[in-house]
Amino acid sequence: MGKQKAHIQFVLNGETAEVAFAPHKTLLEVLREDLGLMGTKHGCELGECGTCTVLVNGRSILSCLMLGLDAEGQDVKSIEGMANGSQLHPLQETFADTGAAQCGYCSPGFLLVAEELLKKNPNPNRETIKEALSGNLCRCTGYIKIYEAVELAAARMRGEEMELPRASVYGLE
Amino acid sequence: MRAYIPSYQLVTPPSLGEALDVLAADGGVWRPFAGGTDLMVLLEAGKLPHKNYLNIWNLKELRGIEVTAQHVTLGALTTYTEVQQEKVLQEEFPMLCQAASETGGLAIQNRGTLGGNIVNASPAADSPPALLTYDAELELISLGGARWVAYHGFHTGYKQMIIRPDELLTRIRLPRSADKLQHYYRKVGTRKAQAISKVCFAGTAQVRDGKIEDLRIALGSIAPVPLRCVKTEDALRGSELNQPAIAQARAVLANEIVPIDDIRSTSNYRHQVSLNLLEDFLRQLSA
Repeated sequence: MGKQKAHIQFVLNGETAEVAFAPHKTLLEVLREDLGLMGTKHGCELGECGTCTVLVNGRSILSCLMLGLDAEGQDVKSIEGMANGSQLHPLQETFADTGAAQCGYCSPGFLLVAEELLKKNPNPNRETIKEALSGNLCRCTGYIKIYEAVELAAARMRGEEMELPRASVYGLE
Repeated sequence: MRAYIPSYQLVTPPSLGEALDVLAADGGVWRPFAGGTDLMVLLEAGKLPHKNYLNIWNLKELRGIEVTAQHVTLGALTTYTEVQQEKVLQEEFPMLCQAASETGGLAIQNRGTLGGNIVNASPAADSPPALLTYDAELELISLGGARWVAYHGFHTGYKQMIIRPDELLTRIRLPRSADKLQHYYRKVGTRKAQAISKVCFAGTAQVRDGKIEDLRIALGSIAPVPLRCVKTEDALRGSELNQPAIAQARAVLANEIVPIDDIRSTSNYRHQVSLNLLEDFLRQLSA
């Protein structure tokens, strides 16, 4: 790969971005080290945990397994691009409402995979949600609150009323 | 620990022709690199011995799915997600869609490719047993021209293949069958998602009047290569679907597979599960 830096142009969180970096770097490293976006997390870096997930052309991919070079000309969305200004994405709101984030390290990955899921399927059942999120690991929540957050966000995005699942948020009453 | 990165080389040719030029110039030096879902893992773990990589991800010639009356032909860079979305595959080659849906999680399926799954040559890969039972053929291209080879026989030993160093796998072709096939695919792993197989079983059969007219059986993770089990097929072809036939088939399969102990399972477990999957396949065939 030599010593020469790679130089690419792509769309990052809706804006054109240009960046130069050592050509062997993963997209994860380019985002964090060369673009200063720390929201995308280093996890296992072996494609097992899902926390480094970003959306490339609307599809979730693991940024630890993708070369930065391959982002040339692509549309990349990291967690920093999920909210619209100060307006949180409905998923971000429901993750907060249901307590789906504890330490929060896995949240960027879960949120972006869930965003892809809801774009494809606005009304997923619990099994579909489980399957879509099966590549993401969380060691805090036991997953239930994450599934509920996705269900709640899906309902709100469809314009439906849905009760916050009190039992799992506050414990059995 | 991660490999020492500056010792690696990566080139990104803009076209198939230029990719083949690179492969031909220094035969054996350059290795194709597609979605990276296998190779990047080895790189991160410091276990990637090969040093020179040819990035083929941008080659449009290796993308797309073509459907004709005789074949469904998939570009080698077809992702697992694209496999699952293709209607003709869902209808006629459902085991390939199932294998794709059980390989890794969503983000892996969006990036991992069918061609990569073949030439990475892991005996534990999930799509090869399905491809073997569907009589897949592979197109290998070099500067000298293109050739189609049967996938059955493509793997000659652990990580050994008949593809030459100057050749690139470009397309995978599945012959469409007019016959009504029954399909059975089952992957057994530690958990339902994001696990690598302990045993993987694919079978198709045509049954008429309680007799097996024709069938295909292939297993993963039970031999140095994804194994088409022709001896077991021969034992069952033309036979009645009854308990003695099942018992005999189990005995033949027991001698055809050679599972090993490794980090994911034991030889003994794989042996037992393989025979049970065969029996389950045969019992689920409707006469």
